[in-house]
Amino acid sequence: MQETIKHVACPYCGACCDDLEITVEDGKIIEVKNACIIGTEIYHHASREGRVGSPRRRQPDGTYKDITYEEAIDFTAKMLIKAKKPLIYGFGSTNCEGMAAAGRVAEDAGAVLDNCASICHGSSFLAIFDTGYPSCTLGEVKNRADVVIYWGSNPQHAHPRHLSRYGVFPRGYFTGKGYKGRKVIVVDPRYTDTARCADHFLQVQQGHDYELFDAFRMVMHGYADKIPAIVAGVPKEKILEVCEIIKGGRYVHIFFGMGLCHSDGRNHNVDIAINLVRDINEYTKCTIMAMRGHYNIAGPGIVWAWQFGFPYCIDLTKGSHAHMNPGETSSVDLANRGEVDAFINIGTDAGAHFPIRAFEKLGSGIPMVTIDPSVNMAATVSDVHIPVAIVGVETGGICYRMDNVPIQYRAVVEPYNGILTDEELFDRIYERMQELKKEGWTTDEGVWDYATPLADVRPVKEVYE
Amino acid sequence: MTEYIIKNGSVIDPTQGINAQKMDICIKDGKIVDSVSGNAKVIDAAGKTVMAGGVDIHSHVAGPKVDSGRLFRPEDKLFRSPMRKSNLRMEMGFSVPSVAKTGYDYARMGFSYVVEAAMPPLEASHVHEEIRDTPIIDESAMPVMANNWFLLEYFKNHEIENAGAYASWILNATRGFALKCVNPGGTEAWGWGLNCVTINDPVPYFDITPAEIVKGLIETNEYLQLPHSVHVHANNLGNPGNYTTTLDTLKLVEGYAPKSAFGRDQVMHHTHLQFHCYGGDSFKSSSFESKSKEVMDYVNKTKNLTIDTGNVTLDETTTMTADGPFEYHLTHLNHLKWTNVDVELETAAGVVPFVYDPKTYIAGAQWAIGLELALFAQDKERCFITTDHPNAGPFWRYPRVYKWLLSAKARNDVIENELKYGDKVVDTTYIGELSDKEISLYELAQMTRSGVAKALGVSHMYGSLKTGMAANVAIYDIDPENLPSDPEQYEKAFTNSFAFFKDGVLAVENNEVVNYRMPKKTVWVNSIVPENKQVERDIRDKFLKAYTVDLENYAVFDEHVHNPYAIKVDITQ
Amino acid sequence: MTVTVTLTKQPELYLEADQITPDVFAGKTLDEIGAIFISEGKVKYPLSEFATIEGAAGETAADTKIVLKGDWTKVKRIGQQMTAGEIVIESDADMYIGGWMKGGKLTVNGNVDSFCGIAMAGGELVVNGNAQNHVGSAYRGDWRGMTGGTLRVKGNVGNDIGTFMRGGTIIVEGDAFIHVLTHGEGGTIIVKGNIEGRVGGQAVKGDVYVNGKIDFMMPGFAYVDDVECEVDGETAVYAHYIGDLGERHSVVKGETVFSNLYLKK
Repeated sequence: MQETIKHVACPYCGACCDDLEITVEDGKIIEVKNACIIGTEIYHHASREGRVGSPRRRQPDGTYKDITYEEAIDFTAKMLIKAKKPLIYGFGSTNCEGMAAAGRVAEDAGAVLDNCASICHGSSFLAIFDTGYPSCTLGEVKNRADVVIYWGSNPQHAHPRHLSRYGVFPRGYFTGKGYKGRKVIVVDPRYTDTARCADHFLQVQQGHDYELFDAFRMVMHGYADKIPAIVAGVPKEKILEVCEIIKGGRYVHIFFGMGLCHSDGRNHNVDIAINLVRDINEYTKCTIMAMRGHYNIAGPGIVWAWQFGFPYCIDLTKGSHAHMNPGETSSVDLANRGEVDAFINIGTDAGAHFPIRAFEKLGSGIPMVTIDPSVNMAATVSDVHIPVAIVGVETGGICYRMDNVPIQYRAVVEPYNGILTDEELFDRIYERMQELKKEGWTTDEGVWDYATPLADVRPVKEVYE
Repeated sequence: MTEYIIKNGSVIDPTQGINAQKMDICIKDGKIVDSVSGNAKVIDAAGKTVMAGGVDIHSHVAGPKVDSGRLFRPEDKLFRSPMRKSNLRMEMGFSVPSVAKTGYDYARMGFSYVVEAAMPPLEASHVHEEIRDTPIIDESAMPVMANNWFLLEYFKNHEIENAGAYASWILNATRGFALKCVNPGGTEAWGWGLNCVTINDPVPYFDITPAEIVKGLIETNEYLQLPHSVHVHANNLGNPGNYTTTLDTLKLVEGYAPKSAFGRDQVMHHTHLQFHCYGGDSFKSSSFESKSKEVMDYVNKTKNLTIDTGNVTLDETTTMTADGPFEYHLTHLNHLKWTNVDVELETAAGVVPFVYDPKTYIAGAQWAIGLELALFAQDKERCFITTDHPNAGPFWRYPRVYKWLLSAKARNDVIENELKYGDKVVDTTYIGELSDKEISLYELAQMTRSGVAKALGVSHMYGSLKTGMAANVAIYDIDPENLPSDPEQYEKAFTNSFAFFKDGVLAVENNEVVNYRMPKKTVWVNSIVPENKQVERDIRDKFLKAYTVDLENYAVFDEHVHNPYAIKVDITQ
Repeated sequence: MTVTVTLTKQPELYLEADQITPDVFAGKTLDEIGAIFISEGKVKYPLSEFATIEGAAGETAADTKIVLKGDWTKVKRIGQQMTAGEIVIESDADMYIGGWMKGGKLTVNGNVDSFCGIAMAGGELVVNGNAQNHVGSAYRGDWRGMTGGTLRVKGNVGNDIGTFMRGGTIIVEGDAFIHVLTHGEGGTIIVKGNIEGRVGGQAVKGDVYVNGKIDFMMPGFAYVDDVECEVDGETAVYAHYIGDLGERHSVVKGETVFSNLYLKK
């Protein structure tokens, strides 16, 4: 029997389109409507042959053998307890319930807790720490913005429906003319497919966005006459022309991507962009937003901020308090420096995304567990691979869109082969750790102040109605 | 469940007129009962004060703006967080604590119920996620409504039934508790970088004034017969000379009477009044002055009003409000980092760190004004103590505020020794003329328990030690018959209660949190109104054309509301 | 009085030794010093597990000198929050050396990793080798960076030198990469070598002297005049620029106060 489930939110990119229609038949997904091509693939992937339906343990010869969840959970719990500084990294692709459960495990294990922002918009966090984040929800752009700037981002490839749903084409409450009423400015070293949609394209010299922002800010502070003839490859006249458009706008919005946060100076490129937004607000309304990559990569920052006060790179090893300082407590730095002795790769693929030198240290010398629905590169070198349900397909939960709006996800099919969700898995790892701690398990050497188990820290559940 | 008997404490319960009477309080199955068996565990409270669990009417403890404050202030954690206790989770943050610290600190202070002051409806499920992870305390959240496009349009056309149907839908969709009004019209104007600083400034495009919005909200609130009144943060917050705007706003209650079965007498609660009682035309001591007396004179004679104070605690803190234009204004004054989130069709929020430095004149004057409000209040059942956490200071500083109110000595000590411009503060405020005035422990209980619960319309659940009430009981190391000569004892005693029962479970024992696994409620108002096809059509239309989420994904799913406890209000009966 | 601590065993990961300060050592016996905890991840060890301790500590921090021998390359946080006395590290050291330092003197006869002298408020910090990033910088999110003291690096440094600096002096005798005095609100930075760029970006106030060359000048710095300056004991003629013209500036007695950049001619 066919059934179509509507208003389904998509587990691909940070645009979190929640208007998908998924048709299922006999527990299989047969049709996906409204999603972009990448989102469509994620749904079909769930119903494809070759899914892993059980935890697996790596054998000495490099092959994998199925084990039970109990065995996989026991391995993980013991690894976390015994390690002096375990790292739990990932969370680009899971729901907030799983992230909260992982936070409880990490605190109880004295681990470092980090998410994919660490290698993505983490430098934008550094800028937000220094300068703040004058932002808005995407509907403000849709309903009000008449000047939209994409700086160092190429949503036509990375967020395929972003321009049509939010940024350029939609007709909103005060923007009835849609794209005809908007001026679109793209700043990028490359003439991207997004740049093709722009009214103005500024080809900034790679790695020199900071200087270009400075020139924009000079205009806002009344020093246009002091701007050199060319800044970062852009002629002064063009800078002045674009600044006039910005000043004349009713509502200006800047979307920025990894072109800013992953070229030299990283956080300061974002930091100065945010300060430009402050300046523009002296003339007209202006807001800014990071083009967050994964559908719930905003999630761990939000969940862990309420748990620990920090969004990422959270060193919980001291037990007494949380410490965060990217550059030290960030996953790639920890890996590069050989500063961790156990590794959980969850809802991401450190194997594919980390610098090879960093990943070598994680993948070879220390125990490693991968928690992911798919067999990714990290899974192929892990001691244990634990499959979990795919969020947005096999389980629901809350995910945060790129503008930090919580989107409630839906399950459209049952989890494959009855596999656990991330939350269930982490809660069971937590339970197992409590049992082991009660049995007296602790680190192999030294004194661990937090080796004794706490009362259950999971949320209470009461029914009043 | 365990039985308890709290023996020989000095009980203060204004709901029963009990003032420091030596009596026993019995607890069984989570409730206060008349008697218990001989097996009951005895808590010796001789020489101690026993009160109902505290109730906080206005505190920013959960949700997107609070979390932005946590996220963007790592320095609020560095060397400023207490070291973890061995039986508890980590407690991170000074001005914007983590959810664990929030729950534990409220329990330490003997508080059972806290109302989150501002929930953007679009982000309601975020608020509920944080409430789930906050231990011990019961919580509610107020959806922010005074800049909502639906309501602006209904109010413009004087369609109160439609406004009611929509507000009812929002309360149910967000599992909200009451209608919150922040900078009416001004926050919508901020969508264009503008503001409304008087109650007569027109809201751009919507062709309506803040006065009309506030009156519309009062009428809507009474039409829905909600437990709490409309909860107002007026226009022009924080600006010198704003007290006239405040008086204009307060006077909007004239001619309205409460319509609610929940016992409240007010039709408007005005929050953090301290920020709204400024005279003068600049922050300089030559111009700035307190207008607390002028405002409180009106409040005192107007029975259908309640207020809370918003006391400045002289700390480095984090300001956060749905008053977007105010935070932009503030970041220009102190040049510190600024976070802003405009929420489509509904509201906005801003967050800026702020240092209330006792070395500055203005922080001293603000400190004085907040205390003056509490001291001028004639009816302590209508004036509540808050710090508008974390705006004027962190909530866990309440005991310091209590100290300044209970002890004139403590207050004068700040003026003489802590404030750099104490003399100027005395010259420009009323704090000097109040220099002998102190509140009693009974009045403190009114301002933190009975009065607050009544104004919120939850006096059947909180703020009382009557038989049959949920056993939320706090015991403090203060002997009303032998009050401490050192005011520091007040702060110490109220910061770490001797014992605190939450729903009949000992959360705090011997001044330490010992348990965080007890029932906890998310209290919300299930508002039922007549069917309204017009409003249903309007909602569908706005979601189709203006929102960026589907209507079907907007209301919080059942599984994302945790431990819900509904107060049902059916106006169709 | 001098305590010599010789590291005899290397950690598997990294050690954190924020307890190695004259303030903590003062008034303690050698056994008590040996019992001070240092941590490796979540595990704590007594200092004596990794090091031998000789000599004697003074009664106060001010009359306590600590000499660290052996290889301290994998040890963080030495001298953190020290207020007086002296520390000499006779090897390379890791992160946060002299972090949040308030007084006394700390000398490293080797290289250090990042965050040395972070949010330093006073005292003297000398690195006789190279330092990595965030030298004399602010902690994440804090608008109050280095406020006092003198921080001298004999070799080269990376990025973020004196970010959010408000006071004190940083002297780099070698080269710097990018971001020098970014968001500066005071203080002085001297770089005797070359800088790739981003000098004084978003600076409100504060002075930078550069003896070498800057590959990419910030557009927001404008040439004013040539001036003769004495810089770290040597006098020369410098081209004087003011900026960052893209940043807010205060006005004092009718004069706008800028950040100054002096580039040696």
